[in-house]
Amino acid sequence: METTYIEVCNLTKTYSAKNGNVEALKSVSLSIPKNEIFGVIGLSGAGKSTLVRCLNLLERPDSGDVFIDGQNLMTLGKEQLRLRRQKIGMIFQHFNLLEQQNVLENVCFPMEIRGIPARQRKEKAMELLKKVGLTDKADAYSSQLSGGQKQRVAIARVLANEPDILLCDEATSALDPETTKTILDLLKSIHDTMGITMVIITHEMRVIQEICTKVAVLDQGVVQECGSVTKIFNNPKSGAARRLLLMRETEEMADVG
Amino acid sequence: MWDETMVMMLLEGIRDTFYMTFVSTFFGYVIGLPIGIALTLTDQGGIAPNRTVYRMLDIVINITRSVPFLILLILVMPLTKLIVGKSYGSAATIVPLTLAAAPLIGRMVESSLKEVGQGVIEAAVSMGAKTTTIVFKVLIGEARTSLLVGVTIVLGTVLGYSAMAGVVGGGGLGDIAIRYGYYRYDTGVMLVTIIFIVAIVQLMQGVGMFAAKKLDHRA
Repeated sequence: METTYIEVCNLTKTYSAKNGNVEALKSVSLSIPKNEIFGVIGLSGAGKSTLVRCLNLLERPDSGDVFIDGQNLMTLGKEQLRLRRQKIGMIFQHFNLLEQQNVLENVCFPMEIRGIPARQRKEKAMELLKKVGLTDKADAYSSQLSGGQKQRVAIARVLANEPDILLCDEATSALDPETTKTILDLLKSIHDTMGITMVIITHEMRVIQEICTKVAVLDQGVVQECGSVTKIFNNPKSGAARRLLLMRETEEMADVG
Repeated sequence: MWDETMVMMLLEGIRDTFYMTFVSTFFGYVIGLPIGIALTLTDQGGIAPNRTVYRMLDIVINITRSVPFLILLILVMPLTKLIVGKSYGSAATIVPLTLAAAPLIGRMVESSLKEVGQGVIEAAVSMGAKTTTIVFKVLIGEARTSLLVGVTIVLGTVLGYSAMAGVVGGGGLGDIAIRYGYYRYDTGVMLVTIIFIVAIVQLMQGVGMFAAKKLDHRA
């Protein structure tokens, strides 16, 4: 039996907007096993970004609980939460690098936050840059990098604190299909060598197919379906899953044509 | 008329103008920088939203900013006397100059810091950064170019104010321009002081912009 590592129970989150309230999450429950690469897919506005941002409480749900390794994040104090976050890595669609710091300094930043001595963090950062294949870019600034390179820097940076969880919020959505593939390969190899539990948020079926083992289909703030990727791909039960698969097919047809 | 005393007076005027401008701007930042940071943090969407604090600072800044400098100068004379011991001369002018600069600086800092992308701040929060780290490394670090441009603008404004203080014997080049140009109809001296003031502003502007560009790694 696999052990559950991340468990969310009855998460609800409502945003008040100009024209009424938007229910981003309606009592979402999920359990994510340790060492899994878990996908969450949905169309834009489905609530998937809100969901992943609730996993490290960047967004506080209105109600519900977030357990990580048995610990309820919702009950943590500000300082405890801050320290816990150091072990929950997150990468973003727009990379979010410090633009005034070079690549090496960016990778050092999380270690600086943890108070690791300068020499040690520099050594570790170079090691990580080697891992993501950017040793020659250590002195470059983010304006000199391509999108794929920026995401590699973000990945090196997120690994600097040796997280046990990696949250990926549309991490490949700003990248072209080929670069997407190389980033996903990198994530997969990191998963295989370091054994990090990953949560991948995306609107692209091909991302799920490429690297995830399990997937949850989110639509209108509700988990419509959850299970192994092959099962859901071969036999989608929910309307949302079918729509997403259909989109994938038209995408492929467009690629061929 | 261009004897040694005149030259000495102009040199002293330049020195006093620099002195007032830089010291007031410095103290202005001592007060204004924390205000600007507080405004950024407590605003909606900041990392420590607090409506009451934001509104309070906002109102205080708006009120102080709307008092014309010349009136502020006279208004705070009792305070100036208390701090400096007299209400005329360049040292005394530093008090109203600082009080006029601080709210302006607060606003400039706020607008610079708000240029920093929400995403980078969020990334730092997700790494478990302390608020102080976010303020210094992310907000100030990323906005440094904009902050430096702000310093340049503030210096120019404060220098202008310092010249205005010449009306009440504030010292510096403005004082000389008013005493000679206005009271004695000595247009020559007045023109020379104006040339110096323009040159100083140009110099500060040039140095500030050069430094801002040098420090910017974005493009």
